[in-house]
Parts: sequence; structure tokens; C-alpha cells
Amino acid sequence: MELTLERIEQKVGAQTHLYPLDLTLVPRAVTVLLGATQAGKTSLMRVMAGLDAPAKGRVLADGVDVTGLPVRERNVAMVYQQFINYPSLTVADNIGSPLKLRKEANIAARVNELAAKLHIEPFLQRLPAELSGGQQQRVALARALAKNAPLMLLDEPLVNLDYKLREELRDELTQLFASGQSTVVYATTEPTEALLLGGYTAVLDAGELLQYGPTAEVFRRPRSLRVARAFSDPPMNLVKAGAAPGGVLLQGGVSLALALPATADASSLTVGVRAGALRVQPREGDIPLPGGVELAEIAGSDTFVHVHTQIGELVAQLTGVHVFTLGEPITLYLDPRQAYVFDAAGDLLVAPGFA
Amino acid sequence: MARIDLDLAHAYKPNPRRDEDYALLPLKMSFEDGGAYALLGPSGCGKTTLLNIVSGLVTPSHGQVRYDGVDVTARTPQQRNIAQVFQFPVIYDTMTVAENLAFPLRNRGIAADRIAQRVGRIAEMLEMSGQLGMRAAGLAADAKQKISLGRGLVREDVSAVLFDEPLTVIDPHLKWQLRRKLKQIHHELKLTLIYVTHDQVEALTFADQVVVMTRGRAVQIGSASELFERPAHTFVGHFIGSPGMNFLPVQRDAAGLTVAGIALQAPAALQGTDGALLLGVRPEYVALAAPNARGAVPAVVTQAQDIGTYHLLSARLGGDDGAVIRARLGADHRAPRVGEAVWLAIVGPHTCFYRNEVLVA
Repeated sequence: MELTLERIEQKVGAQTHLYPLDLTLVPRAVTVLLGATQAGKTSLMRVMAGLDAPAKGRVLADGVDVTGLPVRERNVAMVYQQFINYPSLTVADNIGSPLKLRKEANIAARVNELAAKLHIEPFLQRLPAELSGGQQQRVALARALAKNAPLMLLDEPLVNLDYKLREELRDELTQLFASGQSTVVYATTEPTEALLLGGYTAVLDAGELLQYGPTAEVFRRPRSLRVARAFSDPPMNLVKAGAAPGGVLLQGGVSLALALPATADASSLTVGVRAGALRVQPREGDIPLPGGVELAEIAGSDTFVHVHTQIGELVAQLTGVHVFTLGEPITLYLDPRQAYVFDAAGDLLVAPGFA
Repeated sequence: MARIDLDLAHAYKPNPRRDEDYALLPLKMSFEDGGAYALLGPSGCGKTTLLNIVSGLVTPSHGQVRYDGVDVTARTPQQRNIAQVFQFPVIYDTMTVAENLAFPLRNRGIAADRIAQRVGRIAEMLEMSGQLGMRAAGLAADAKQKISLGRGLVREDVSAVLFDEPLTVIDPHLKWQLRRKLKQIHHELKLTLIYVTHDQVEALTFADQVVVMTRGRAVQIGSASELFERPAHTFVGHFIGSPGMNFLPVQRDAAGLTVAGIALQAPAALQGTDGALLLGVRPEYVALAAPNARGAVPAVVTQAQDIGTYHLLSARLGGDDGAVIRARLGADHRAPRVGEAVWLAIVGPHTCFYRNEVLVA
């Protein structure tokens, strides 16, 4: 389905939940709605679904105006954060309910097929309450898939699961979405989840749609400081800077050779460096940034080292497990070509070039 | 402060026969005096039961708990002199921050000047010096939890401080600051700390030694590097890391090592271990290789994810039903595309081998 939002605005009482926005979802692909809590993800999804009518603007489904058409009259599947199933129905009946409603034939075969896909075959005759959280959410997902709706909306569906289960289900969902025919919208607060899902990403912040495009492109060329902030985990390292001959001068007296656009207002700049761009092994052309270790957070596959340097507090992301002692001296290395520069208004001036 | 030795089991029924009859399978382990430990595992693995046995809230059905060599199995948490911090703040709303922090000391009749000194020090460590005179009722959830942490840490004479998922109510952006605080406090106070969590970041960051648990069993006790580099059990390989370790069935015989029909040279460490094994290699240690390179196998790319700072590749070995292996490749490589045939190096210095889930080489 091609879903188009035209000048959509949402207000609840005096509060603005969504500022006017235009968005056309890429059909039959995954669009990630990325933003912190309160960014407007759920408000936007409810408008897409027809659960709420927008205060202003139009919703078009394949070119047909469906603004104000209630959810019952649209063909939409939804999955929520909470594991929502019919408590008195067995797993099989839960999954089969949308099929039964449509009086389809071969319900049992379709239920078995979906249960197999989501690894819940052994539980088909149980009640949802007899399952773990992860299994309950699999049932909700299987029911949404059974609906085979042209539009599928998932509102942080994995947030209440522990990280290993999240990983597993996310992998399975990515594969299901890739082979599906539905236009999928998936809300998350986690930049890494957006990158793992791929597809397209719409970045929301405080009720505003900031950028929409292919996920990797939005990640690599965030249009503004706000997008960069929303789409970096750990947070992008940000350092105040001023223009200098041949580049920029950071606080602490470190200069980076960079080509600033001639038209740029260079009075008050912010240099952004992603944690993954900082290394502990130097390469040619690198700027050394000596400092002391504040903390090393070990995330299993990555170690995040917080370092106090002359240009400020920096976080570096190193692959694998690395052990550091608090206060230990360390030198981080930065390739100036991997730095972002934003102007005083927060607009992107320079982004790293990627092959 | 104490060294804690456990040699025990905890069963649901009087005469346990099968593994399923145990909440905790027989285990023998020690917490060194002044060490920082984490009990890590998914829900239902037994980590909270183990913590409650250490504290004295639960009496084990079999065996003993010893503090500095003394059997304390029958003693209460008070008698064992244990401080505890729970998931949610446990504080007195009507008291000030200072009074809350002082409470565990006042209760034990510590001199007023000593209390003031200790409360001041803990408040400083937790960056709450400015809030000492404030009523606890008016504070945000994370500030209240900081008071709970402070109350747990304020006594110098405790045998150990136990934490049960203490950062659950803390906002993600504050978590790393509190993790740092806890780490610093451990450095300065040298208390024996035991921390229960299902979150690998909290466990690996906080603890010197992490106890990884699954289905009532402690499968490995080790440092973050040991758990990452040499998982002693396949569950540890799977649970630590995102994604976890790749596992492939392999056959070891006189000729070498057969992986998905490909004959490879067997590493020297595998001498004398013939038969069916499971090869374990972390995605971080799988690399693209030249065709027929040593330790490499051919595969077809089934998925290529661009994670911004790296690429995550999934590739299938041998026919359509072959095993899928995942590789994490640096962002400066060109990532192969879906359908492309590649060679992946899977046998190297970081490769592990398992038999019946247990590391053999």
C-alpha cells in the first residue's frame, strides 16, 4: 500500500503532538519511526491506523482519502508494546481470529504455517497466560501477520522483552518483512534497532518530522544536529568549534583540517564525531586526543570508553571486550575526514565522505 | 566484610531426581572479600534465588553458606549483616536525604560525628551533597534510587552489599553515570558487592567476575574478557555479545576437521579430541578470506545489514539447509551483496570447540 500523509497535524487539547508534516511511505518496505519517548511516534501511528483522526491534514491510502475513516473500516494490522492477545482463546484461535472473521478456508493450515514461522507450534493449544512474554508477543505478531493487511504498524513491539529475545525476534521480523507484501511501519527509540531493520527511517523529535530517507543514508548524512542526536547511540560526541584557516579549531586548541563550504556562517560551529569513529590505534593523518578513562562500559560485542580529553568528554566505541581501569591514561585517534560539522543553526555543513 | 563460600543446591521438592526439580543445581563457588560480582542470566535462570540464599532470605534445601568460614545457613539477613538494594527505591519519604542515609547507622548506635562524616562521604560520591537537607518525598525516581544505593553503601561493617536489578527505574542516559558511580564506589570502599541483572552491559561493566546462569546452573564464572574470548559453555557464547557466537557442527578425525563438507586443517589444540564437536566463533572474529584460504569455508550471503559503523553479514554454508554464520565486518570494507559467494575464515586463534555444550579446546 502507498500511504501518504498530507500536512498532518495533531493536537490534544492545547498541546501539539504533531506539527504539520508530509510523508509518503515507500510501499511494501519497512519504515522505521525513530525518536525518543514523546517524539510523536505513537501519535503518528494512530493517525496512520485510523485510531485517531488528525486535527488537520489528509491521509491517503493508494490515492484514496481515508482521513477520519475508523480503523474498523481500514485493513490495518497493529502490534503494541504490551503483549495483547485474547486471554480466553487458545494460541491457535488467537492467530486464526482474523482469518475466521473473514470466513477463510484452510484456517488451520495457515495458522500452523505462521506458528512455524514464529516458533510457537508447540503451544498452539495453550492459553496466552501459560506462555512467557516472548512467546505471547510472538502470538500477537503471528495474528498481525495472519491478517495479511497491506499496512502493518508495530509500536515498539520488542521493548518489553529481554535483549536476547529481542535480538532473535528482530532477526526473524526483518526476514518476514523482507519477503512480505505489506507496507510496514515500526516505531523504536533505538538507533541500532533502526539500522538492524534497514529499510527507510523517519526521524521524529518533539512532534516534528525531521528527515525521511533510506536508513543508512539518514544515519550517514543527518540533515541537522537534531537528527544526528536522535540517530546516534551512544550519543554523538559534540564539541564547540570555530572556523580557522583550512578547517576548524576545537575548544582545547585542537584543529581539524576540513573543507568548509565558502557560504557557511562559520561564527559558531559544532563538530560531531560518532563514537565508532574514534580509535585507540592510530592511522596516518589522525589527530591524537590524549586523556584519561572515566569508565569503560562493556556491552558484550562492544566496549564504550568514556574519556576525558582536552576537547571535552568523548565516548569511543571499540569492537569486542576491552578492560580499562578508571583514570588510566589513553589516547584516542580521530581521522578529521570522519567529523561532521554543523552551523550555529544546527544545519549540516560537512559530512564524512563514504565510498 | 566477608569471603562467602557456597556449597549448596536448592530443590523445589524434598527428593529431587531430575534437573527440573531444582531451582539451583548443585554448585560450589566463592565470593572473595572485597570483590565485585554479577549474577547474569535470563529470567528464570535462578539468579535471584541464588542472591536470596546469599542474603539469608531463602534457606537452601541442601548444603551450606559460609561467611569467613563460619556456617551461616540458618541465620537471617540481619544476623549475616547484609545490606540490600532492590529494584525500586526503599526509602522514608518523610525524612530528608541525610536522615535516610544516616538511618542504617543510627539504627546501630554509631556516634553522631561518625555518622555525619560517613553520610557526607556517601552523598559526595553519589553527587547528592546539595540535596542532603531536602525531603525525599519531593525527589524524582532516579534520585530516590540513588538514596537507596547510598543506604546500601553507607555502612562500613557489612559482610556484603547485594543489588537486585538496581538500575531498572533509571533513565537510559543516567544509567551510565550510575554505573560509573558504582564502579568508583567499589574502588574506594572495597566492599564485597553482588549484583543481579539480566543486562549484559550492567553485569560486564560493573563486575570483576560475572557468574553466567541458565536453567538453575552457573555455567561460567569469569571476567568480561574471559566470557567474550573463551566461553566455557555454549550458553555463554550465545548470551554474551549481540549477536552471540556462531556455532557449527564439525567432525574431527585423523584427517583433520570437516566443516559443512569442507576439510580443514585442525588446530593443534584439538589433538586427541576425535568425533563430533561444535565449532564456536564470534561474529567479530569471522573475516572475509581468499578462496581456499586456510581455515576458511565457502558460503553464500543471505543478508547484508549496514549498521552504520559496521556491516553485519549472514551467510549460508553448503546447500539450502546449511548453517547460517554471521560476520561483523568493519565499515571500511566493501560489504558483499546478498547472493554473492564468499569465503569466510572461521578457524583461527579465537575459535573455540565444544562437546556436549562444554568447551574442550
